[in-house]
Amino acid sequence: MTLPLISLIPALPLAAVALHLLLGDRLGKRGTALLACGAVGAAFLLALRAVFALAARPEADRTLVEIVTTWMRAGDFSVDISFLLDPLSAVMILVVTGVGFLIHVYSIGYMAHDASFRRFFLYLNLFMFAMLTLVLADNFLLMFVGWEGVGLCSYLLIGFWYERPSAAQAGKKAFVVNRIGDFGFLLGMLTLFAFGGTLNFTRLFAVAPHVFAAGGTVITIATLLLFLGATGKSAQIPLYVWLPDAMEGPTPVSALIHAATMVTAGVYMVARCHVLFRLAPVSLEVVAVVGAATALFAATIGLAQNDIKRVLAYSTVSQLGYMFMACGVGAFSAGIFHLMTHSFFKALLFLGAGSVIHALSNEQDLRRMGALSSRLPWTHGTMLVATLAITGLPPLAGFFSKDEILSSAFASGHFGVWLVGVAGAVITAFYMFRLYILCFRGSSRLTHEAEQHLHESRPSMIAPLVVLAVLSAVGGWVGMPFQAGGHAFERWLRPVFEGGPAFAPARELSHGTEWALVAVSVTAGVIGILTALRLYLQSPQTATSLASRYASLRTLLVNKYWIDELLDAAVVRPFGAFSGWLWRFWDVVIVDGTVNAVGYALEGASAVLRLFQTGFVGTYALFLALGVAAMLLHFLRHG
Amino acid sequence: MMAFPWLSWLVFFPLMGAVLLCMMPPAANRLIRTWATVVAFAELAFSLPLWWRVIPGQSGWQFGERHDWIPSLGASYHLGVDGISMLLALLTTVMTAITVVGAYASVEKRGREFYALLLALETGMLGTFFSLDLLLFYVFWEAMLIPMYLLIGIWGGPRRVYAAVKFFLYTMAGSVLMLVAILALYFMQRTATGVATFDLDAFYALVIPGGAQTWLFLAFAVAFAIKVPMFPLHTWLPDAHVEAPTAGSVILAAVLLKMGTYGFLRFAMPLFPVASAHFAPWIAGLAIVGVVYGALVAMVQPDLKKLVAYSSVSHLGFCMLGLYALNPQGLAGGMLQMLNHGVSTGALFLLVGVIYERRHTRQIADFGGLWKSMPVYGAVFLVVMLSSIGLPGTNGFVGEFLVLLGAFRADTPHVGIPLLHLAPTWGNLWSVFAALGVILSAVYMLRMFQRVMFGPITHPENEKLADLSMRERLVFAPIIVLIFWIGVMPQPVLDRVQPALGRTLRLVETRMQVSGAALPATRFAPLARSAAPPAGPAARGGAAGR
Repeated sequence: MTLPLISLIPALPLAAVALHLLLGDRLGKRGTALLACGAVGAAFLLALRAVFALAARPEADRTLVEIVTTWMRAGDFSVDISFLLDPLSAVMILVVTGVGFLIHVYSIGYMAHDASFRRFFLYLNLFMFAMLTLVLADNFLLMFVGWEGVGLCSYLLIGFWYERPSAAQAGKKAFVVNRIGDFGFLLGMLTLFAFGGTLNFTRLFAVAPHVFAAGGTVITIATLLLFLGATGKSAQIPLYVWLPDAMEGPTPVSALIHAATMVTAGVYMVARCHVLFRLAPVSLEVVAVVGAATALFAATIGLAQNDIKRVLAYSTVSQLGYMFMACGVGAFSAGIFHLMTHSFFKALLFLGAGSVIHALSNEQDLRRMGALSSRLPWTHGTMLVATLAITGLPPLAGFFSKDEILSSAFASGHFGVWLVGVAGAVITAFYMFRLYILCFRGSSRLTHEAEQHLHESRPSMIAPLVVLAVLSAVGGWVGMPFQAGGHAFERWLRPVFEGGPAFAPARELSHGTEWALVAVSVTAGVIGILTALRLYLQSPQTATSLASRYASLRTLLVNKYWIDELLDAAVVRPFGAFSGWLWRFWDVVIVDGTVNAVGYALEGASAVLRLFQTGFVGTYALFLALGVAAMLLHFLRHG
Repeated sequence: MMAFPWLSWLVFFPLMGAVLLCMMPPAANRLIRTWATVVAFAELAFSLPLWWRVIPGQSGWQFGERHDWIPSLGASYHLGVDGISMLLALLTTVMTAITVVGAYASVEKRGREFYALLLALETGMLGTFFSLDLLLFYVFWEAMLIPMYLLIGIWGGPRRVYAAVKFFLYTMAGSVLMLVAILALYFMQRTATGVATFDLDAFYALVIPGGAQTWLFLAFAVAFAIKVPMFPLHTWLPDAHVEAPTAGSVILAAVLLKMGTYGFLRFAMPLFPVASAHFAPWIAGLAIVGVVYGALVAMVQPDLKKLVAYSSVSHLGFCMLGLYALNPQGLAGGMLQMLNHGVSTGALFLLVGVIYERRHTRQIADFGGLWKSMPVYGAVFLVVMLSSIGLPGTNGFVGEFLVLLGAFRADTPHVGIPLLHLAPTWGNLWSVFAALGVILSAVYMLRMFQRVMFGPITHPENEKLADLSMRERLVFAPIIVLIFWIGVMPQPVLDRVQPALGRTLRLVETRMQVSGAALPATRFAPLARSAAPPAGPAARGGAAGR
């Protein structure tokens, strides 16, 4: 059997970008949509074919590399443009192209009335190219192309409605915050190359255990720098601040980039570098703690947000925290598993929210929704599935992945992390059901205008919702627990995560303990759901009275702990002031002032000298005579 | 049989064109423009074969020409080219051709003299790059100042005379130091060998004692550092850029600043290796200060041209850091960054020129929402901006990354950081601070882009602005091609320049041994290692503690 052409998968969306640019508006809306979706759909089919080809190979031999060309070479430094398909990147390309295709299709309807229809799909296709490059790259530098490429697309798509100052501002914020992370990624790469002598994944991971002392300073610093990059891209503490603002972009963008794919790149990168992270236990510990902290922190903010997309944004930050939590406790495959299920239900939640927003003539405030279940039956049904999935109720997708993360944390002895995870699960269930109830249940609080135009979305938008709902329901079954030798998903990824340095395997849990853990996480979800039902559906007055009793806490949450304001006051403003001082005082007055002072001093000196340059021969003769006299005097005295 | 004097032809063809231009009637604007364009493109066509004809691996100068010039002094007319000067010459001819076409709409008075000076400038620039005789080099170096001085002084903005004089005197002050140093070299050569010559190869072979190296190096370095410009000798640049006409800014940024970095690479570094190595940490330090400082000051500029000017200070800092990492990656990155800066910053000045022609203002606050009225312009600006901030896939990234890598692995002593039990090398720290420039460049560029392109249109004048014309699109097309070409396939460029850079590094290394200087630790170890492979991968690069 011939090797599948891996490079064709990212090349297809790139070709579509070129066609969008070349053909311009000649294609028309229909043609543009067809081209954009066709390219991504074809990429999905190619990805499927490649993954089947991969699966057909023996387990030990599931690594395909395609070298396109040398990218750059200088001295002993050399990097190729080359792609790597292994079980890990296989999962990623299926998620990216699969969910990506559905969101492309959905966007046709969502963006139908937008004047910049072509620009939207151009950016979206460009994003697919960058994202596929990111996950298929077989070295750090090419991964970085995708890494910053998706950041660029994110910038462009958040600021898609560029006339809105808030959108332009949010786009810039996203890019700059991501660049802070990329600063870490860059330095991490430099460190790895300086010591490992290569940036190629396969080669570097092979030499890593010999080059880096386990637990040594170098590998710890290198992995922490990489993780800084991951916190930027995947919106973790301390670099999460851009993601909530990113909701300024069109909703399909929020679903594709800021929920299902791009923001998971950090998790993917950490998992890809598991060999390195396992050599640095301190870094892993940091990953686990940051993940857990973010999971809880973001969830609490999600409690008090009223913008439907912002609730989902904080929920995404929180769920990404769970994925890092998994990686941090060494359960990389659980992290990737949750990455996959999350991409199904979170994409669905965003697309459903988009459908609601669309139906309500761009209303995003939960306080002006309610009782939509019968008016938007399809949206409601699919959203309910996704909501149940994220709360982790069996047998929906989120249950399996979240449970695996929590039990891995417990089994690896991270009791605190496990506890935080469980607490986060309660809060997640609560705020998700709060969202669900405020949106679909209770009494209608719609504005008159929204009521007038209320309509269920068109079939091209509903179809992706249904597909994603099915995936959210059954997508977790590949990870059925209590199977001897691990479940199917784990077995698929095992060749990837098995390699590398010996890693103390998590303590095997007894069946009894496992059941108990399952019971705890399910109970956590149920508690959250019941509380939300009681507070928001049965007795809304309780919610109000609670809110007034804990008014200060509520203010704190509504204002997102004032982190943005804090950063503005502590970082942004001082920096601006410092730069201003640097320019107006230091550069203009001191540096340039010195230069000009020297100039004027010379000019002054020459003005004095000019007094002697009278142009009269007599004067010169006088000077000449004086000079001769002086010389004579000199020679007479010194002989 | 004499070979065709290709390099002389390249150097003096634009001047001949300029002379012919001066004979045309001053009012015949169309004719003048067309003729200038024909000359610039013919020159480009003549120079392009250099790309294929200059053989990278071949040692020594190619297409050399040598004639006695002032026999009594031993000065000769000696031209030659290698990979380094070939790329810079191509940058010159490409950017001059682009600038000539780009200036069509902006020259409002004395078009004949304007284009004549632009072409004369090209002669000066190419002569500087091809000269292999120090006196000849000095003559071209100085001659180049005059057309630029006039371009700023006559066609510039309101403070043009101040800016032109400052530009001229500042550069001149450095050049005089260099002239003194050249003469000192000349007399040393005559004393040592009895031969009076200004030939570069002869100087390369001259053994210069350590103490003299220091002073001579400093004299050269100040002249070049002013031209680069390196912090704190940079303040003539914002003034010159702001007042210069668009064409002047483009050539100034794209080519003239490269004279400084080229001077370091061709003269200061190989002629005075011991001093170079000694001062490398200082130069690298100033380069990094320039990277961060330029970016911070760029952040608060209200004037578009000033912003780009300060961003140049930042970018040229990267070039210098790469060169003074003194290893293959650093040199390659620094060299590539020279070309990248030429293309991208030249393009930025052209872009500012486009809206200046339409609105006669360069204040950022006078714009806003331009994407709506000028979408093609916005897209071009976006690509150039991304190249300038070094987004992977564009040319800027390749250069920046190689510079950072070179700096990171520079053979420098360790620095102990007591509390953290870390011992990074100075080179490691250079990279860390220079990499801050990666964040800051995004801050100032995106901020500017947001305020110019995005948001609602706040000034009614901006509503009906015409998008890029066909001529303007043609001006930017080659720039965009170059940005992506070097970004995706930098290897053809690197392959052409690396042998010459390797030669420079080897020259530094051997001359250092000849000078009998104690080799500072393992500064040139990367070269030694290429001869004897390291024991293990752990031996590479600096150490960040064990």
